[in-house]
Amino acid sequence: MTAPMLELKGVRTNYGPIEALRGVDVTVAPGEIVTLIGANGAGKSTLLMTICGNPRPASGSITFEGRDIVSLPPHETAKLGIAQVPEGRRIFPRMTVFENLQLGATLSDPAHFETDVAYCFDLFPILKQRRDQRAGTLSGGEQQMLAISRALMSRPRLLLLDEPSLGLAPLIIRRIFDVIAELNRSRGMTILLVEQNAYHALKLAHRAYVLAQGQVVMQGGGRELLANPEVRAAYLEGGSH
Amino acid sequence: MARTLPDRLKDAALAAFVALLLAVPFIGLTTINTDVGLRVATRWDWVLWAVAIVFAGRILFGFAADAVSTRRRRTEARGPLVSEAAGRTLGKAFAAAAIAFAVTLPFLPFSDRYVLDLGMTVLIYILLATGLNVTVGLAGLLDLGFVAFYAIGAYTFALLAKFFGFGFWIALPMAGLVAALFGVLLSLPILRLRGDYLAIVTLGFGEITRIVILNWQSLTGGPNGVGGIPRPTLFGLSFDRRPQEGQQSFHEVTGIAFSSEHRMMFLYFIVLLLVLVCAWAVWKLRRLPIGRAWEALREDEIACRSLGINPVLVKVSAYATGGLMGGLAGCFFAARQGFVSPESFTFIESAIILAIVVLGGMGSQIGVVVAAAFIVLLPEFAREFADYRMLLFGAAMILVMVWRPGGLISSREPTLTLAGGKQPAESVVRGVGS
Repeated sequence: MTAPMLELKGVRTNYGPIEALRGVDVTVAPGEIVTLIGANGAGKSTLLMTICGNPRPASGSITFEGRDIVSLPPHETAKLGIAQVPEGRRIFPRMTVFENLQLGATLSDPAHFETDVAYCFDLFPILKQRRDQRAGTLSGGEQQMLAISRALMSRPRLLLLDEPSLGLAPLIIRRIFDVIAELNRSRGMTILLVEQNAYHALKLAHRAYVLAQGQVVMQGGGRELLANPEVRAAYLEGGSH
Repeated sequence: MARTLPDRLKDAALAAFVALLLAVPFIGLTTINTDVGLRVATRWDWVLWAVAIVFAGRILFGFAADAVSTRRRRTEARGPLVSEAAGRTLGKAFAAAAIAFAVTLPFLPFSDRYVLDLGMTVLIYILLATGLNVTVGLAGLLDLGFVAFYAIGAYTFALLAKFFGFGFWIALPMAGLVAALFGVLLSLPILRLRGDYLAIVTLGFGEITRIVILNWQSLTGGPNGVGGIPRPTLFGLSFDRRPQEGQQSFHEVTGIAFSSEHRMMFLYFIVLLLVLVCAWAVWKLRRLPIGRAWEALREDEIACRSLGINPVLVKVSAYATGGLMGGLAGCFFAARQGFVSPESFTFIESAIILAIVVLGGMGSQIGVVVAAAFIVLLPEFAREFADYRMLLFGAAMILVMVWRPGGLISSREPTLTLAGGKQPAESVVRGVGS
């Protein structure tokens, strides 16, 4: 295995007296899609936010491309090439789709702004139609597409996605996951995906971790975990797929 | 929601009962002067009238409210007033007309000292609200103590003139910078605050500033204020009939007959220039990365950070820019009055400036102009109503907010469109705030 792009070792994060992460080891190699699944409150989102720098871990190390990023605030980690699509999309509702994309390009070279916008519109043609519309008037699925596009505008090397399927219709979910797979295939984008929708997320993951109560309880290939009877029992049976 | 008659009667009876409770002590009892001193008299007939009026009024109010709400439902179904593209053209036309009017105002036939004075007051409030609009409207950071920057700007000029003999034009940028510096100082302790807490701290900042000025007798003169602030000059030309030693005056150099109105006009043009420069600067800033970051911060701070925007810099710059404009307004205020005292910088000023921003529609420059004119001129026009004019003023504000909850201009002009880009038909102006 090549040197990992992102490596978490023994990461512990607390919210006051509550231990959200209790010693987590996760690695992501360049070009991989890695999925984290887990129930509500397992610490999935906390893990992503800890990577970004808010909250900071109480102990443990996080390295990105060999560099220690534990002490960096979110806007600094963003500068290193880590883009986050936050939970709940968090687009800028009063601004237009185009302006949202422009803000996504805050850190990147203005010279390739046009190319990147064209690329996003290619990925999600509906956004092109909605270009001058206020982002708050988009549907949930379109907002998610915009949130992903906005993150891509900074040309990140690592894309963190926090529950992109949240609250979306099954058809839209499929479209979003297709695009995630496509980004990885054609652009070699490294992706760390946090999901409750275990079926889709495991299907496209090269590797996956199962998080429970702030700890990694299982890991393996995506398909391998999908076939695992324990995973099926806990996260898939009766679930939506 | 049609209510039955018994319901309405019950509701009105309840209102009448409350009116009765209040009317007995407030209306029913009165004191009269007699030879042997103060005596309490009763006016039970008045009480009966009051209760009857409340009873009838409550029933009428119920019918009126129902009528309004059904009408509102109908208008909502009808959709927006103007499309966004048309709104933008209208906005440009309005801006051009307003500037043209403002520039020609001193030369119009009905213009006199009173009109110019009122015009200056409106322009000062526009300038103040333009500054506060950066902090509150664009960056979404509440500031209930904006008057502090106004005071700091005014006192900077007053004190520089008193102790160092500075003139207006040198003091102007310094007043702006000092106020901006205080903006930075204010922003540091409140970086992590939002909502109610932000309101309390900024409110405190405004009050602290006023109280410090009031009590720092040796520097600021305390409640006596600072007087003798020099008038602005035009490239060294004064507008006095008899200029000071070594100074030339405007009427001597130009040969135009002396008129004290010229000084008014000159002051008017100074503040108009300040307003135009600041409005232009905000317009320009909105299109620069810093301005976009302000708006993004208002929309979503977490998303901002994940895009690599440093919220500390954004907040500090928003308070500093707002403070700068507040300081400029203060400096002009000092020059216009020739005298400053802490009384001019009470909380009510902060409230009025904030009301202008909210009433105009957060972030809208045209909204600020309309609302400033509304708020300054309405009490003037309502002078005939004497004691009731503030009541009228309050009622008018409530009506505007009911009618347009997002402020007069609630749509936001995008800062980025493709050259000649046409607007999709579905994007429309709505009077609903978000």
